[in-house]
Amino acid sequence: MSDSQNHQFDPAAPNTGEDFEPVDVFDDSDDFDLRPGADSCYKCSTCDTNCPVAEVDDDFPGPKFQGPEQWRLKRRDDDHSVDDSVMDCSNCMRCDNACPSGVELSQMHNTARGEYVSEEMSVFSVEYVRNRLLANYRTSAWLASKVPRLANAAANFGPARWLGEKLLGVTDEREFPDFATETFTEWWAAQGGAAGSKERAREARERRGEPVDADKQVAYFHGCYAEYNTPEVAKALVRVYEHFGYEIVVPEQGCSGTPMFANGMLDDARRDAEVNVSSFADLVDEGYDAIASCTSCSMAIRQEYPELFDIDGIDDVAANTFESVEYLRIHEDLEDELTDADVGDDLAAEFAYHAPCHARNQGLDRQAVELFGDLEGVGVEDVGDSCSGISGTYGWKAEKYETSMKIGDEMFDHMETADGETGMTECPTCAMQMEHGTGYDVRHPLELLEAAVVE
Amino acid sequence: MAIESDVLVVGGGLAGLTSALAAARAGADTRLVSYKQSTLRHASGLVDVLGYTPDGDGPLVDPFDAIPDLPESHPYRTVGVETVREALELFDDAAPHYRGSHTDANALLPTHGGTVKPTARYPAGASAGVASDDRDTLLVGFEAMPDFDAPQATAHLDAAGVPFGVRGATIRFPGDLRADAKITRYAKLLDTDGTVTVDGRDRPVREALAERVKAELDGEERVGFPAILGDDDAAGVRDALANDLGAAVFEVPMGPPSLPGLRLEDALFDALDDAGVSIETGNPVVDYDGDDRVEQVYVEKNGARIPNAAEQYVLATGGLVGKGVESDREGVYEPIFDCHVAHADDRYDWFADDVFGDHQFARFGVATDDSLRPEAADGSTEFENLRAAGSVLGGYDFAAEKSGGGVSIATGYAAGRRAAEETQ
Repeated sequence: MSDSQNHQFDPAAPNTGEDFEPVDVFDDSDDFDLRPGADSCYKCSTCDTNCPVAEVDDDFPGPKFQGPEQWRLKRRDDDHSVDDSVMDCSNCMRCDNACPSGVELSQMHNTARGEYVSEEMSVFSVEYVRNRLLANYRTSAWLASKVPRLANAAANFGPARWLGEKLLGVTDEREFPDFATETFTEWWAAQGGAAGSKERAREARERRGEPVDADKQVAYFHGCYAEYNTPEVAKALVRVYEHFGYEIVVPEQGCSGTPMFANGMLDDARRDAEVNVSSFADLVDEGYDAIASCTSCSMAIRQEYPELFDIDGIDDVAANTFESVEYLRIHEDLEDELTDADVGDDLAAEFAYHAPCHARNQGLDRQAVELFGDLEGVGVEDVGDSCSGISGTYGWKAEKYETSMKIGDEMFDHMETADGETGMTECPTCAMQMEHGTGYDVRHPLELLEAAVVE
Repeated sequence: MAIESDVLVVGGGLAGLTSALAAARAGADTRLVSYKQSTLRHASGLVDVLGYTPDGDGPLVDPFDAIPDLPESHPYRTVGVETVREALELFDDAAPHYRGSHTDANALLPTHGGTVKPTARYPAGASAGVASDDRDTLLVGFEAMPDFDAPQATAHLDAAGVPFGVRGATIRFPGDLRADAKITRYAKLLDTDGTVTVDGRDRPVREALAERVKAELDGEERVGFPAILGDDDAAGVRDALANDLGAAVFEVPMGPPSLPGLRLEDALFDALDDAGVSIETGNPVVDYDGDDRVEQVYVEKNGARIPNAAEQYVLATGGLVGKGVESDREGVYEPIFDCHVAHADDRYDWFADDVFGDHQFARFGVATDDSLRPEAADGSTEFENLRAAGSVLGGYDFAAEKSGGGVSIATGYAAGRRAAEETQ
């Protein structure tokens, strides 16, 4: 018999007799308990080597400070408030992919930023108003989509941009993205919506020799950008999925919350998350999987929602949400489909591909390059693992613009030396930055997939 | 459906990367999945084969000579000394900026603590620092970087009896970076030869740094810095400094996070790209299907389980630190396939009281057959298409022997090549 059995110590059972009264070492509150994360950090600093901001900005203390160190300080001293440098974190979330110890760094950053904004930032400050406007891009985009031509002209009217910088701190270096004259959902309704999709998917399954009643149903989270600015991406998704025989529904949805997390507007994010979870949870219950064409939207639903919010059905929705190309890669033989495919028109080209940071944690950073590797007439070249630097709303802020462009420099250089003169990425704001830095036209992998597999 | 390949390698450290490279070069359609980004940025960048015997004899002059005398359970004995040589050839080809292949003998490299370490391969950036070279040496540390204390390292080297004169100096890095500036900040600044302000004047950082070091130089023919001299253009940074200083420049390998480790990671990933390996990082493999054979494994992404299927599998998930071997109060286990890991019933036997004593835990890991397939407690094969490589293997203490890199490369190569052969 071994010694440990002689000790007769069972760690799960209290061994102090019946009088034992457990002591609460940590106060019982509804706040996030980030102690497990802070304890798991052994300060190897690997996260710091992944931070695109710390690499160029001498004032930014990096993710290890923003996460575990800050929470340790706060635990020691109740008066310790969140350091204002948390607003310089761009929420690229690359540090998550670095930690060998599984510390939820971005969750800590999101929580710290939320606390900073609610407790340290005045709601009357220009910064707060500007950040709230940027974070709620969907609201402005919705308004603009009502009068797209006027909005396009007004947004890029020189004096208006100058005023935007002077009054709100929105950089006047960037051109605002164009609003589409027809939103994706307007187009979708004109195609007959879910009923039309069901019919087209059935025809496709018949053509492909698949069972007509096959269980191929997906719920599409298009996000704000494909709705208002690049409906061609959403349309490509619809055509590709219907080609493979999937019936698509497009449920009611708000913003994924990505820009709200990045600006510490957690109440706004929760409001939209509740809408999204409630409309997707029912569909997931019925056997639908959720797909997103924007890697930040899928990231938010898969990771940030369950990390930050407790909403009924949130874990099921997170576990059944996929990036749209990833989903096809799992369920269809894409490689086979692409072997004999050929691509005509303007998409038979060399592409300079940039992997968005939010694609990395989902394991998708090499997907497009590997998928299209053998596609006839097309070249997709990875422009390296640097961050584009715009990180959604970050690069739109006048005081962050310079940092954003310094981070982007490496990507711009690699794009210039790549063979292609067209960019490719899954992320709408990375696309803005790629275009801003090089003047290249930027396409989404779904558009190329559509050109390759849809007749 | 599952994401398919001929060979699936689980793990992104040196063993996993070598394994995937060997399999792909042998003609197999190869895929590598890793829980997080490669752990090479935790590695000093020195690649040891064998520095000391399990009994502590050493430093060894010729590690290859000593391999046949290792205990039979040692992974080097499983693969054999010829395989170790072939594996290093693959490594030398994939990492052309490495030195040491000209001889079987170990090189002696100074570490950031000022010890002298026997190692088989080292980055070109460290080569001017070898301790067998009798040129006088100046070690330079930076005030804001306490990980490398140059005067202390100097004292250690002196005490070790190195055959050269050595002095240590601590200077302020030009531009006064913040006290906890990241190694990537130094590297980026030097890579781009960025502008720093010194005494109110803007100057290129390489020139400014050389000037500060020059003031400390007293006839030494070589100067050692902590390993922060650039990332993408490390050779350019060293050349520029050497030119300005009129002395050879070398880097002293550091603890994590490590730029030499990062640069090695880049070189190996380039080689994997050229070999057409498909790679996915960021999510763990958590489970598998199969009985005598592994049919498929599951990569878990926030609750979603993505099936990955292959004909052959390589397990290269690391040891106790890398979480390829786990332990709790009940026992020691391999968490994905539950391969058998031998250990004493009494957990108080797992360690020795002496910090540097003979710890059983240091040798925890799976035992294998000659083909690196993990074996159950009764000696039967766990799965006919699963091989193990690197520190998930038991039977050796890499920290004491200085054999971590070599075992990873040798067993990774052997497992990857055998896996590829089985698919043909």
